[in-house]
Amino acid sequence: MKAKITDRLGWMASVALFALGLGAGAPPATAAEELRIGFLAPLTGPFAQIGKDMVNGFQLYLDEAGGNFAGAKVTLIVEDGEGKPPVNVRKAEKLIRQDKVQMFIGGLLASTGYALAPVSTRHKTVYVSSIAAADDLTQRDSDKYPLLIRTGWTSSQPSHPFGQWACEQGYKKIVTIAADYAFGYEVVGGFQKAFEDCGGKVIQKMWPPLGTKDFGPFIPAIKKDTDAIFTLMVGPMALQLPKQLKDSGNKKPVIGGGTSYDEYVLPSMGDEVLGHVSALQYSAAIDTPKNAAFVKKYREKYGKVPSYYSESNYTTAQWIHEALKKTGGKWPGPEKFVQVMSQIQLDAVRGPVRLDEMRNPVHTIYIKKVEKKKMHGYPNDELWNSVIKSYPDVGQFWKYGKADFLKQPVYSRDYPPCKYCE
Amino acid sequence: MKNRRNILIVIAALLALAIVTPYSSSYVITLITHALVFAILAMSLDLLLGYTGLPSLGQAAFLGMGAYLTAILAADYGFGLGWSFWVVIVLGMLLGAATAAFFGLFAIRATGVYFLMITLALGMCVWGLAYRWNSVTGGDNGINLPPRPEFGISLANDLTFFYVVFGFFVATLATLYVIVRSPFGRSLEGIRERELRMRILGYNTWLHKYIAYIIAGAFGGLAGVLWAQMNGLVSPEDVILTTSVDALLMVVLGGPGTLVGGAIGALVVTFLRDYLSTLVHWWQYVLGGVYVLTILYLPGGLIGIPARVRNWRARGKETSSSISLKEGRP
Repeated sequence: MKAKITDRLGWMASVALFALGLGAGAPPATAAEELRIGFLAPLTGPFAQIGKDMVNGFQLYLDEAGGNFAGAKVTLIVEDGEGKPPVNVRKAEKLIRQDKVQMFIGGLLASTGYALAPVSTRHKTVYVSSIAAADDLTQRDSDKYPLLIRTGWTSSQPSHPFGQWACEQGYKKIVTIAADYAFGYEVVGGFQKAFEDCGGKVIQKMWPPLGTKDFGPFIPAIKKDTDAIFTLMVGPMALQLPKQLKDSGNKKPVIGGGTSYDEYVLPSMGDEVLGHVSALQYSAAIDTPKNAAFVKKYREKYGKVPSYYSESNYTTAQWIHEALKKTGGKWPGPEKFVQVMSQIQLDAVRGPVRLDEMRNPVHTIYIKKVEKKKMHGYPNDELWNSVIKSYPDVGQFWKYGKADFLKQPVYSRDYPPCKYCE
Repeated sequence: MKNRRNILIVIAALLALAIVTPYSSSYVITLITHALVFAILAMSLDLLLGYTGLPSLGQAAFLGMGAYLTAILAADYGFGLGWSFWVVIVLGMLLGAATAAFFGLFAIRATGVYFLMITLALGMCVWGLAYRWNSVTGGDNGINLPPRPEFGISLANDLTFFYVVFGFFVATLATLYVIVRSPFGRSLEGIRERELRMRILGYNTWLHKYIAYIIAGAFGGLAGVLWAQMNGLVSPEDVILTTSVDALLMVVLGGPGTLVGGAIGALVVTFLRDYLSTLVHWWQYVLGGVYVLTILYLPGGLIGIPARVRNWRARGKETSSSISLKEGRP
């Protein structure tokens, strides 16, 4: 009988402890001069390295500013989104409810961007999408997300000038191989539209699944009369395809979306990618003093060349800093903050940047060729994305005009339709 | 006598949860709600794993069915945002049950590891549908739901939503409890212990297992409806194998064949995963360690701890008294 009583006491004690634990999660009060920023990046799983690049970029700027944006003490709270949209949503909820952040930044995959945007609307919290490039966030759905600002890019944004560039090279027919998900559709869609509008023809579209390692089934199927091959690879896929293309004896020019040759994968690549051309809003090889200084600082601190993932978040931090300078270091409330951010003309590492009226950046798009050379005063020959042409002031609607562009559906697996495929 | 005591303890714990939750921070409230939704899924799986001896790795399929149904109805047809929420609950359970009825035709033939593999394959079929059927499921992007339903009470309020989920949790627990205590539940346990003997006794064991599978599917569907409303987002990531494995681990961790065990497992896993992960980056090691230790030292799950402690104390007393007896002898 005595044993039973102690048992029951044990149960009660554990229930009481549980209750205490629940009560202990009291929210920290926000001081007037404190800026609380939540940061979502994949820190575990297949995208962990990219997540590290993202955080490092932001942290580098924050350290330079001494953790102080125009008088506001910045508290950065980093959460691991694991690269999964539902986890990102839960972590964003945690940042807002528990940590009382004024804004949250980040998200990697396009799908994560689509998942996080409604959270910002629901909780009236600013969301700065520094990487997630899902087109519709700042296009057809932008009305739904008034507190969303993009400091990165839309997936199809670099593809439009790139399509025109391909025409200028005299390419008439192109085959595309791209990762089978929203980001791939949007990058390829933008390229196809621009390329076909200037007289080119996309004659074949292939969609290997995200994470494909063996392109054996795809490479032999590439039509022989193509003038070039357009690729859009993400993560480890980017390493495999160029190797396997070379092994297959391919002699056609290879061009691709920015993530196929970004500095995140470039150091792991070999000579098989020499001469490949891609388009993005950043290259570590941009020859400006500002970029050279950034690359050196970053490389010294983290031991690797910054990727666009790093640059984009560095620039995001700079952007927020500029906004707070305008408000005198005070948090102006979410709506006002979005307004202030929208008016800033930023002299960023990637070049001049400003937001369009749908809060997406207008910036220079660089056409980049992989070359082996010395750069920024480093002694060894390394692979760099040399800029061969730049298109300044490129917005998300390219030359189509906002109204006309928004009339067409979002780029997808079936849009634009492949008119010249057989 | 012992049984009644256990029921009282469960009721006391539930009451405590209902009373304490409103006083915790808003993030903890959502965490508890999250855990309760998964507790429903875990308990539905426990009916299979713990009572019928069918280790299923496809429970996420039913969750996915309920969740996608809710999301598609709400986002595309604006249905289920008022009183019709209750209709969606029923539809979600029916869809879960129907899916199970279909899958069961293939799965119930198998036992043991083969059952595990076939349910895994069927679960992945649902994931494949969610991932590739772009026009309906939104593919990789998933579906964002409009704000939570409102019918006199607003489920957008986290505390209200917690009480609704809590209600469903209690109802599920009670229903499943009645089922496992019924003659039907007893025969399920018989099948778990020795199917051949049950068959010789004249039971249609296939039908028993099939019905248990359908019931599990229905409650899985219910968890799915609540899950969709909870997150405001349905993604193929919800339907992926990890979710099924999670449910299985929750049951094993808490204690299979107890119903409440699954709920305890869900609470522990949710808090370790979503709370600890915000504090330290090596939370996965802690979770792994808890799994390994539980399986090594507590094969009956966490719920076996009180019994273990009791045993250990009783044994401690016995040995000490026997030693003193021995010493007392010349």
